Amino acid sequence: MSRLFRIMFAALLALSSVATISVASAQDAEELRFVVVTHGQAADPFWSVVQQGTAQAGEDMGVSVEYQAPSTYDMVAMAQLIDAAVASEPDGIIVSIPDGPALTPAIQGALDAGIPVISINSGYETSQELGLFVHVGQTEYDAGYGGGQRMSEEGVTNAICLIHEAGNAGLEERCQGFTDAMTEAGGTVNQLVVDLNNPTEAQQRVSAELTSNPDINGIMALGPAGATPAIMAVQDAGVADSVNIATFDLSTDVLTAIQDGTVSFAIDQQQYLQGYLPIVFLTLYERNGNTIAADIVPTGPGFVDASNVDQVIDLTEAGTR
Amino acid sequence: MSASFCVLNAALRKDHVTMSQAASAPSTRPPADDRLQRSSPVRRALLRPELGAAIGGVALWIVFAIIAGDTGFLSARGTASYLEVAAELGILAIAVSLLMIGNEFDLSIGSVIGASGMIIAILSKEYGWNIWLAIAVAMVVSLIIGFINGALVRWTRLPSFIITLATLFAIRGLTIAFTRIITNRTNVGGMQEVDGYESARRVFGSEVSLFGANFPISIAWWIGLTILATWVLVRTPFGNWIFGVGGNEQAAHNTGVPVTRVKISLFMLTSLSASLVATIQVINSTGADVLRGTQQEFFAIMAAVIGGTLLTGGYGSAIGAAIGALIFGMVRQGIVYARIDADWFQVFLGGMVLIAVMINQFVRKRAMGVR
Repeated sequence: MSRLFRIMFAALLALSSVATISVASAQDAEELRFVVVTHGQAADPFWSVVQQGTAQAGEDMGVSVEYQAPSTYDMVAMAQLIDAAVASEPDGIIVSIPDGPALTPAIQGALDAGIPVISINSGYETSQELGLFVHVGQTEYDAGYGGGQRMSEEGVTNAICLIHEAGNAGLEERCQGFTDAMTEAGGTVNQLVVDLNNPTEAQQRVSAELTSNPDINGIMALGPAGATPAIMAVQDAGVADSVNIATFDLSTDVLTAIQDGTVSFAIDQQQYLQGYLPIVFLTLYERNGNTIAADIVPTGPGFVDASNVDQVIDLTEAGTR
Repeated sequence: MSASFCVLNAALRKDHVTMSQAASAPSTRPPADDRLQRSSPVRRALLRPELGAAIGGVALWIVFAIIAGDTGFLSARGTASYLEVAAELGILAIAVSLLMIGNEFDLSIGSVIGASGMIIAILSKEYGWNIWLAIAVAMVVSLIIGFINGALVRWTRLPSFIITLATLFAIRGLTIAFTRIITNRTNVGGMQEVDGYESARRVFGSEVSLFGANFPISIAWWIGLTILATWVLVRTPFGNWIFGVGGNEQAAHNTGVPVTRVKISLFMLTSLSASLVATIQVINSTGADVLRGTQQEFFAIMAAVIGGTLLTGGYGSAIGAAIGALIFGMVRQGIVYARIDADWFQVFLGGMVLIAVMINQFVRKRAMGVR
């Protein structure tokens, strides 16, 4: 039996060592502690910038920040993570709300427990309904509409709306806004759903769509996870001159493609701010009683195109744009 | 690894046969026969499949109580949060463990969760059906899917791993395609307005307030189903048949066990459990999206394996699977209380599975080798 206990003891020791290190570092910091719960997966370059923003703000403000997200796009798991965050009694919670109805009960639980909540990225409407502290992000429909207007001005008549995360209501709104603007200008839009966890397959899907429908002259990717495969598919097919690509959000790939002309513009929502600002707001609220006198702090949309790409590119490599 | 499982499995079966022979034979054998030696209660406890998981679960709870006790893990709210995670996975894992004891896999249950949720949401929200009718339709559809899985496995004699891998993708794809055709979107919300929602919420989504925290009713479903499944396994002929078809299908067939009927029923039960989880989730989150349930098939198999169910069939328990789900829930939520970033969750989960199966195997080998 003694060997059994030795094995178990070693296992528990291994399990708890990581934990104790992180607990120790958490307790060294200031008394303020914030938990960020988003739907962003680690593989999505967009969210790693948000995470960097929260971490940098935590350091600058001298507060402790934890970042949680389910391992797949899973609203049930995300609601349960928010529940756990509430039970750990932090000084504030920051959430993204890609699916309002699914997350409302969990967020309401935080409010009932007297914890201030800031929403980021997606979920402006839910944020207003629940009366959250403030929403930091862009309104998705308007951003999509702006992108659609600009694309039709650039002469696109037949576009694909490339959805990289089926089920994300925020992306659907972008796509809806884009479609409405394009339709008003007399164009047509088809939706194409790809899996952001499998870039090779995504690229093949786009290739197949371009082959089967040669009239397509525009692709609107809803994020870098969709844009990168789209860029590669267009280059492979040798139709970079005739197909106009645009995307939401930035990544190194996207900016390089803007420089060489494959991508005409990117809609930038400056997600670093969505990570950084809420930590600042909550810190000032806790320490100084400061509030924001608006229900949204718009971080976008702005456009990055050939005119300003060089200035943005260095910052993206540093992981802050 | 699998070879040693087989040996172990064979040893267990042999053990089973000798014991039953011993029981039926009149006591004419000399008492010196070592097969008739009485084993101590401790050794009998060690032979229970769920023992390793039970020890692991307690140990894990103690670890989290030490490192995260003052940050919410021990609070009523914290307990409710990991029990809720454990309950939803546990309902799946119990059914999956029965299926695995019967020596089959079902990888399609995650997709069945997505499909069932969407059926309920679309029928009640988009078409205005009473939600109870929508739930009934979703459950019937899940039973049909389970029947198709089981029938295909029996008809083709292909491994269920392959058959259900195919249905995993097919069902998810159908869910996404039909949802987009019908609603033009991939999620449906606002279920609280539909007909019958309040009464359905009482059954699937109500909460009991205890010590200042809300414990969801899914915990009662989880415990109730564990008891029911355990009773079926150890007290009914059907339970015997499950062990029989999983341990040695040919022998079970020869002794008159309706192998095909047992296996197809198990697939249908597993699928139905996925539908039940989908119902609970749709009611609680007042909506559904097409990606619900992704990866749940793996988590359910993990929970069953942590709980001592063998991948080779014929051995395992529903209680073990329930404890496996509890361990999963504690790790999933405990990591928040331990203030560790979510990046580490999958590392912990993988580590837990490895530790659990090693302890399980060690305990069983030791318990059986000494006798």
